[in-house]
Amino acid sequence: MSILVDKNTRLLVQGITGNEGTFHSRAMLAYGTNIVAGVTPGRGGQMAVDGKVPVFNTVKEAVRATQANASIIYVPASLNATDSITEAAEAGVPLIVCISEGVPANDMVAAYEIVREHGVRLIGPNCPGLLTPAQAKVGIIPGNIAIPGPVGVVSKSGTLTYEAVDALTKLGLGQTTIVGIGGDPIIGTSFVDVLELFEADADTKAIVLIGEIGGRAEVDAAEYIKAHVTKPVVSFIAGQTAPPGKRMGHAGAIISGGEGTAQEKIAALEAVGVKVAKLPTDIAQLVKESLV
Amino acid sequence: MKLHEYQARDILAKYGIPVTGGGVASTPAEARAIAEQIGGRVVVKAQVFVGGRGKAGGVKLADTPEQAEQVASQILGMDIKGLTVEKVLVADAITYEREIYLGVVMDRASKRIVLMASAEGGVEIEEVAKTNPDAIVKVAAHPTLGLQPFQARELAFGIGLTDGKQARQFAAIATALYKAYMDTDASLAEINPLVVLPGGALQALDSKIVLDDSALFRHTDLEAMRDSSDEPEAERQAREAGITFIKLDGDIGCMVNGAGLAMATMDVVKLYGGEPANFLDIGGGAGKDKVKAALQIILADPNVKAVMFNIFGGITRVDEVAKGIIAALDEVKTDVPMVARLVGTNEEAGRKLLAESVLIPAESLADAAQKAVAAARAR
Repeated sequence: MSILVDKNTRLLVQGITGNEGTFHSRAMLAYGTNIVAGVTPGRGGQMAVDGKVPVFNTVKEAVRATQANASIIYVPASLNATDSITEAAEAGVPLIVCISEGVPANDMVAAYEIVREHGVRLIGPNCPGLLTPAQAKVGIIPGNIAIPGPVGVVSKSGTLTYEAVDALTKLGLGQTTIVGIGGDPIIGTSFVDVLELFEADADTKAIVLIGEIGGRAEVDAAEYIKAHVTKPVVSFIAGQTAPPGKRMGHAGAIISGGEGTAQEKIAALEAVGVKVAKLPTDIAQLVKESLV
Repeated sequence: MKLHEYQARDILAKYGIPVTGGGVASTPAEARAIAEQIGGRVVVKAQVFVGGRGKAGGVKLADTPEQAEQVASQILGMDIKGLTVEKVLVADAITYEREIYLGVVMDRASKRIVLMASAEGGVEIEEVAKTNPDAIVKVAAHPTLGLQPFQARELAFGIGLTDGKQARQFAAIATALYKAYMDTDASLAEINPLVVLPGGALQALDSKIVLDDSALFRHTDLEAMRDSSDEPEAERQAREAGITFIKLDGDIGCMVNGAGLAMATMDVVKLYGGEPANFLDIGGGAGKDKVKAALQIILADPNVKAVMFNIFGGITRVDEVAKGIIAALDEVKTDVPMVARLVGTNEEAGRKLLAESVLIPAESLADAAQKAVAAARAR
């Protein structure tokens, strides 16, 4: 089993004819992901990615013609990635994954609301997407570092996730699904949402949660773990040695409830029994111990 | 990106928010001329990106144009918390009865844009949040419709403005501030203090706007307002190249893709006894030019004794990074030892490209950190 994406995922790629869209669609196809359609306005009727994927002008048309049940967005922020999110939500696509980075935060307020109103799920933006090993790669997580197994991975960071997954795989610990939720101020799916899915997934025996400084999502996760998660959770929080500075104005910190230091997050997680690794590469060993 | 007080003031004025008059001066003579125009008592305020400038002596009153000139000559060039004052705002010194706080900010937790108001203005809002949280009234603007008139009224009545006319003016200012926040793609817009004048009318005395860097691509007019004077040269170069760079005090230069991994790389360098010279994130999908620019920025720091590349390719292609490193080394002659740990997308092609180079290969993050620390120590 797995969460969110698997063999039955029928993927639609928004921005399929762009450089990133084409490059990563090729990698997703090579991994075995079932890409059923692409969307690039004005390119409807063409075939993209080496003639393998039919292109449509709109998401609605693509969904009608191919019954796509998930969409991935490679449209750059400068070409209005939030418009792509709302287009997919309005077309009723149940799972929308937005890879695009640099999306203006205020745009995400309305886009998130539209996603919520339609009862669909958004992952990201500014995230590496999802990978269910040996079943589906929906995003940019390198497929060769992952193997199927019992560990659910959820992370705010992109490349730091690869580091942790690589170490898990090298210890022979495979993954049910790897979910990169993104580290932007407003994201569609939180740690808590993914923890809930992993807790309900029978094949997931342990959970890895990778966070970083800023915000309070890790503290919320700790509270959720205390109340609802029975499976062992191992964590790493990046930025333990980061100097202060480069943060948002103090008014933001008030509403978010604190500054979101690594120390504060580690303390919250350890207080509810989560093992927190000192190094990202130590995560795998802690998972191994927790599964014994 | 932060705007100066005078820049924020000018934006608010465009939205019909009453602000104090006056202008900006870079020299004492200019300050005097502005004071002459205002005619009367003025306040001379340092324009620097730090709080607490009043306590530091960066805000002074002047009764005459001559005094304004004298005060400006004291403030201009002054060092406030490490920043040099280049400009002063000369504005009419008004008398007022009390101070109010009004701010618009992005709230991550509720995923809404929130307006906050407090009858306790003039002090830092985070202080109020600590000492008297009940004094802060908040409303979340409707996510698709925007701030509604009733929400602006709720704020006005919530902070105890019972006079109908005054409450209406407050609601109008809140609505205008929200509009300015949205139109400029800000992450923070605040008026602190918003003062009550003797007749009961409201006026913005000091304001602050922080813009969302991700949205600057569609605001060339606002980008042009950037004051880079207090930005270190290397950070400016990095920003222009689209790289996130923060200089630190150590001697191991780090080039990493992804903010999380970049922070973790620093954590690991420190764990093995080294000190990172910088935080550097080349971002997702960085090409050869970006990598070249990043390496040049790292090597420009004379403290750097070793460089560590930690690239885990997803959207970033390892071969592109390798090409950037090779291109940079062609231009920048250096004998600084470099440790490269490159894995992920197009890893094989990248390794082949670097096989001929002087780079010290590393297998893992820990291996790379240990080798970089050893290389730096050997110098």
